[in-house]
Amino acid sequence: MSPARALLRRDITLAFRAGGGAMLAVAFFGTIAALVPLGVGADLPLLGRIAGGILWVAAALSALLSLDRLFQADFEDGGLDLIALSKLSLESAAGLKILAHWLTTGLPLTLISPLLGLFFNLPAEGYVALVGGLAIGTPALSAVGAIGAALTLSVRRGGLLLALIVLPLVTPAVIFGSGAVLTALEGGGTAAILFLGAFSLGAVALSPFAAAAAVRLNLAG
Amino acid sequence: MKTALDKIQAENLACERGERTVFRDLNFSLSRGCALSLEGANGAGKTSALRILAGLLGQSAGEISFQIDEKKITDGEERGRFVGWLGHLDGIKNQLTVLENARFFAALYASDGDVDPTLEKVGLARALGLPAQYLSAGQRRRLALARLILSRRPLWLLDEPLAALDKSGKALIAEFIKAHCGAGGLVIAATHDPLGIDAQTLTMGAS
Repeated sequence: MSPARALLRRDITLAFRAGGGAMLAVAFFGTIAALVPLGVGADLPLLGRIAGGILWVAAALSALLSLDRLFQADFEDGGLDLIALSKLSLESAAGLKILAHWLTTGLPLTLISPLLGLFFNLPAEGYVALVGGLAIGTPALSAVGAIGAALTLSVRRGGLLLALIVLPLVTPAVIFGSGAVLTALEGGGTAAILFLGAFSLGAVALSPFAAAAAVRLNLAG
Repeated sequence: MKTALDKIQAENLACERGERTVFRDLNFSLSRGCALSLEGANGAGKTSALRILAGLLGQSAGEISFQIDEKKITDGEERGRFVGWLGHLDGIKNQLTVLENARFFAALYASDGDVDPTLEKVGLARALGLPAQYLSAGQRRRLALARLILSRRPLWLLDEPLAALDKSGKALIAEFIKAHCGAGGLVIAATHDPLGIDAQTLTMGAS
């Protein structure tokens, strides 16, 4: 097995073992999505209109849940030293960790989103934009989140700080993602999806380098 | 060992942590097949010195060079590719079994070593399927030792390698260090206790 595959496989395995965050994120996402219709009440047209926005905010919060462990667990037990000395560059290690995080949170969130759309009485025209938007945009949540996770590495209980760093930075994804669902309901164009894709591509391309630089600083600290 | 690391040399090495000078003017050179025992009181900077050698930490002054087939390497990250690391943190995942932990690190270091026989050599043959959280401190140390051997790196940097080990474990470490040096490897160990092998000694903080 190549070093890259080994790291990816281990991180995915750990996410599904006890204490891993994979199922937690999905359960949290589902819980928020189930609570909001109960809180807002049975105003079906209103629920249909706010579905995209609520689900996107819920996705951003759920992705945050397991982010603080992305590098922290390896940092605390010394594993990050061993990864830094391995055949992998820290940039590829960061990229692989982002991929593993997306596969265990962003992807499952995307897959259960149509079911949650039903809770909101989302009209049929909205589903493609919702699921497609999440598939395109959730990698950006993992990627931007990884930068925050790497920056807060040596901060004890950095979870809240992480949220304060990451949430403002992922607002473009939330705006364009929920915007894409709304424009689809109104029969509009694809501009929002394209902007979402551009933001996501940019974040995924840049974040491994930014995260690796922050990890390096923390290892030397 | 695929790569021949002939000699490592540290000249006037200094380390500062948070405005405080931990050590300075550290000089030594070590040739292949030799071991160096790094001694000194708590806080003398033994761990920092090892991290600097591995390239995990930058030195504040001085130079480290690795001589590899007539070529000199000074860059920290390039040096790291020759280092087998045994720190006081073991990097072992509690949720994974002994075998899963060992296989992961063997793959991460692209090792051609055999995982099962190595685990057997360090005395973990009967714990292969056990989640690492049930290992004792000494058994974790043995697993970390197996990983070090699997890394197949020419320079071993060991931070308190004898900690938590029983008598047979300590003898095992001495035996592995001897075998590694015999095969042309280099060993630098920060330690308070005698390693039980012939080694040069460098006492830090003595000047």
